[in-house]
Amino acid sequence: MMAEQLFWFFGGTAIAAALLLVLLRNPIVCAFCLVVTMLSLAAIFFMLQAQFIGAIQILVYAGAVMVLFLFVIMLLNLGRAGSDLRHAPAVFTGVVLVGVLASQLIPLSGYSRERMALEYSRSTLLANPAVVFDSTMNAAGLNPARATLERGVPGDIAMPLFQQYLVPFELTSILLLAAIVGAVVLAKRRI
Amino acid sequence: MPLIGPALAVSAVLFVIGVFGVLLRRNAIVIFMCVELMLNAVNLTFVALSQAYGISAQVIVFFVMTVAAAEAAVGLAIILAIYRHHKSVDLQNINLLKG
Repeated sequence: MMAEQLFWFFGGTAIAAALLLVLLRNPIVCAFCLVVTMLSLAAIFFMLQAQFIGAIQILVYAGAVMVLFLFVIMLLNLGRAGSDLRHAPAVFTGVVLVGVLASQLIPLSGYSRERMALEYSRSTLLANPAVVFDSTMNAAGLNPARATLERGVPGDIAMPLFQQYLVPFELTSILLLAAIVGAVVLAKRRI
Repeated sequence: MPLIGPALAVSAVLFVIGVFGVLLRRNAIVIFMCVELMLNAVNLTFVALSQAYGISAQVIVFFVMTVAAAEAAVGLAIILAIYRHHKSVDLQNINLLKG
């Protein structure tokens, strides 16, 4: 299967670049490793039928956010830092904690849609599991593939964004305004 | 062709690497990058599960990205302010809150 091989290629690239991000000492090299991880993740998003999210990932993360990081690194002149790993006891604690977390998270990869639906249908929290798990219908009662054909990829994500999630969408504008004001105030010469 | 399981595996590994970086490094900017890596891993989880749950999961990814961008701007401004005060971004030198 070509698609599956491509998926593992990009997944492996993302994981390798993330490991380099953690282990290399030069912050600029770390930033470029993070760019590689984000671009690989964007490719994976394209494969998982999330083309709009993939494009936004490249524009916002690999573009804007990483430029911000590189700008700050160069502004602070951090290119030639020494090793900044923590000391042995802290590293040991970190390895133990990460091992526990990994043993919890990695088994999630065994999940399939059928198993999720089975576990969910046994829980008493949800009123009608069929409504959530019947993926042939979306909220508007349309087949998702046909809806995408009719509305296009951005239109498909715009419908819930501007109907069901309109209030959170407007709240993010307030969040961004607060972030702009906060960043300007904090970066001024005297706080 | 759904790739839910492999995508969840990749995102779990990326999240764990991010946690490891936060625990291992002392450079505040690299720790910040590791936090961004964790947010990205969670985004991958949302996108993978959107194959099963429908398009709403991708809307949540949209919000996560907005919050991450705002967080990056404010966090880097804080790091700049700290650097002006301490002349360092090494977290071992920054122990203002230590009792």
